Amino acid sequence: MANTADQIFVLLKHWIVSVFPIAIQPYLGVLLSVVAIIAVFPGLFALTTVIERKGLGRMQNRIGPNRTGPYGILQPIADGIKSLTKEDIVPTSADAVVHFMAPLVLVVAVFMGFAVLPMGRNMQLVDMDAGLLFFFAIGASTELSIFMAGWSSRNKYSLLGAMRAVAQMISYEVPLLMSSVVIVMITGSLSLVKIVDAQNQYTWGLPHWYIFTPWGCAAFVMFCVAGTAETNRSPFDLPEGESELVAGYFTEYSGFKFALFFLGEYLGMFSISGLGATLFLGGWSAPLQVLNFVPSWIWFFSKVMLSIVVLIWIRGTLPRLRQDQLMNFAWKFVLPMTLLNLLVAAIWRFMGDGILRWIVCSAILLGVYVVVGTVEMRRKKYGPRSYRYAE
Amino acid sequence: MTPLAEYLLVAALLFAIGLAGALTRRNAILVLIGIELMLNAANLNLVAFWRYGAHPELLTGMMFAIFSIAVAAAEAAVGLGLVIAIYRHARTTDLDEINRMKG
Amino acid sequence: MNVVFWILAVITVLGGLMAVTLKNTVHCALALTVAFAGLALLFLQLDAQFAGFAQVLVYIGAVAILVVFAILLTRGSETPSEGVLSHTWFAGLLIAAAVFAVLAWAVLKSTAVLQHETAAPSVSVQQIGSALMGRYVLPLEIVALLLTAAMLGAVMVALHEKGEQK
Repeated sequence: MANTADQIFVLLKHWIVSVFPIAIQPYLGVLLSVVAIIAVFPGLFALTTVIERKGLGRMQNRIGPNRTGPYGILQPIADGIKSLTKEDIVPTSADAVVHFMAPLVLVVAVFMGFAVLPMGRNMQLVDMDAGLLFFFAIGASTELSIFMAGWSSRNKYSLLGAMRAVAQMISYEVPLLMSSVVIVMITGSLSLVKIVDAQNQYTWGLPHWYIFTPWGCAAFVMFCVAGTAETNRSPFDLPEGESELVAGYFTEYSGFKFALFFLGEYLGMFSISGLGATLFLGGWSAPLQVLNFVPSWIWFFSKVMLSIVVLIWIRGTLPRLRQDQLMNFAWKFVLPMTLLNLLVAAIWRFMGDGILRWIVCSAILLGVYVVVGTVEMRRKKYGPRSYRYAE
Repeated sequence: MTPLAEYLLVAALLFAIGLAGALTRRNAILVLIGIELMLNAANLNLVAFWRYGAHPELLTGMMFAIFSIAVAAAEAAVGLGLVIAIYRHARTTDLDEINRMKG
Repeated sequence: MNVVFWILAVITVLGGLMAVTLKNTVHCALALTVAFAGLALLFLQLDAQFAGFAQVLVYIGAVAILVVFAILLTRGSETPSEGVLSHTWFAGLLIAAAVFAVLAWAVLKSTAVLQHETAAPSVSVQQIGSALMGRYVLPLEIVALLLTAAMLGAVMVALHEKGEQK
């Protein structure tokens, strides 16, 4: 019974595919999976827009949208109708072809990233041997679309926003990759399915998720920081800094193209959250062994939604980082820590089982973090806050 | 034509296009674009010969191509740094204008 | 199978052609990205998945962005004042055509290309990793050194000199 509920989508797909002739069955199977992904994730996107606006509203001591349906739940429908019926304005001096292609490239690239995420037991679209590499390669292509959007608008603010965004994304791509390389090193495979399988074991009922190891925890923190920066979310949302650059690189976009950019950004968030859940939080495996009766895809999507809620929470709480603070942070702090993390993971692997390796690895990581942190803070001479008033 | 011959022809065509671009354009960055195309054509050649060659299990062609990709990226970085430095000095990227050492 | 190859070959060659002939430099850079993508797909067609994904990651994710940044920093997106072709363009075209003729003649006349219709090699990432750490460890270390030197060199070359106006 539990197995059926767990594999219900896989069984459904096989049942639908078996109705058709043998020749087109493989293609139909792939097509069904693709349609499922294209249907599910924009649906989640619609749900997330409501959660974000209501959540941010509550954090800012106001009620979010509450006019369209109970608790504003039909707001995405209203937003969708609005963006579909708005006039599509393209500036006359804008480069028409590139202006048109930019949101398309973004959305296509982001959707392709979902192909390798295992969303449940046997529920990945493709089980690639080099799945993680594919994911990061596709993620690197999104930067180009942001540049295309900013440049083709022939607008100085857009160009500035685009260059800032690309610089930020390049800077945080390296820590993102390096914090995932630790996982690859310990698992011994680039395939996301194998990474989840390696975490699906239980000791005394507790899972072997990589976040429960010292190097995994440090890598998870750095992955979160780098992932937030990669998707241009607060506190790293200077490229779309609403108070400074109008709307950054998508200033000149209106109507459906703007909706596509919005969709692309949120899907990027889902994609990174999904990857974080797969690499560090065990993918579709349950937190406790007794909870294995709950279907695996419920666990995956709850972890993803939990990450989204935390991202929204961080957006409502932390102030924005300045561009130079952001780049300094990436190159001078996060990158050396990821390299140290690699070393610590290697020490962990070679020390063999036991309590000693926990103590040694945690001590190294915490020690370096505290020492570097205090040295950097002392250099900046942070003191008690002082105020200056206009005279 | 065997599949290998087809791949080699495509690589040769890409190489010739890159060479034409590197030799005929004024802008320094377009010369670098041509060079990148030539390097990519060579990579295609390597991988095609690996796939249709004698001992694909030795991975020689693919390894060579991967190292070539890494080296090409490094060379692009240094080349573009040089172009930016020259621009800062001569205020132009037009290669026909940068002829101080001529005659 | 053959149809896919010809479509990809046409995309790649068109991308390359547009990359060297278009007037607007940024358009050239974007066409170059299309050529890179076509090449990555050709690598995938040749069962070299690791090389294909590395091509996307390195070339599209880094080199294309580098080229675009360089174009912007050197004001290349403004229309050129004296045309796009250098004054030696005819000789260059002739040389390129000659090179292509020689290469094509060599490929078509060669008998070595008629052998070895081998089955697709199944290359796992594990094998690549073992090869990199076993047989190819010296090139790996040298490439690491080279990349470090190139990075330092690029930074030094492009750095603002002390006292120079920005």
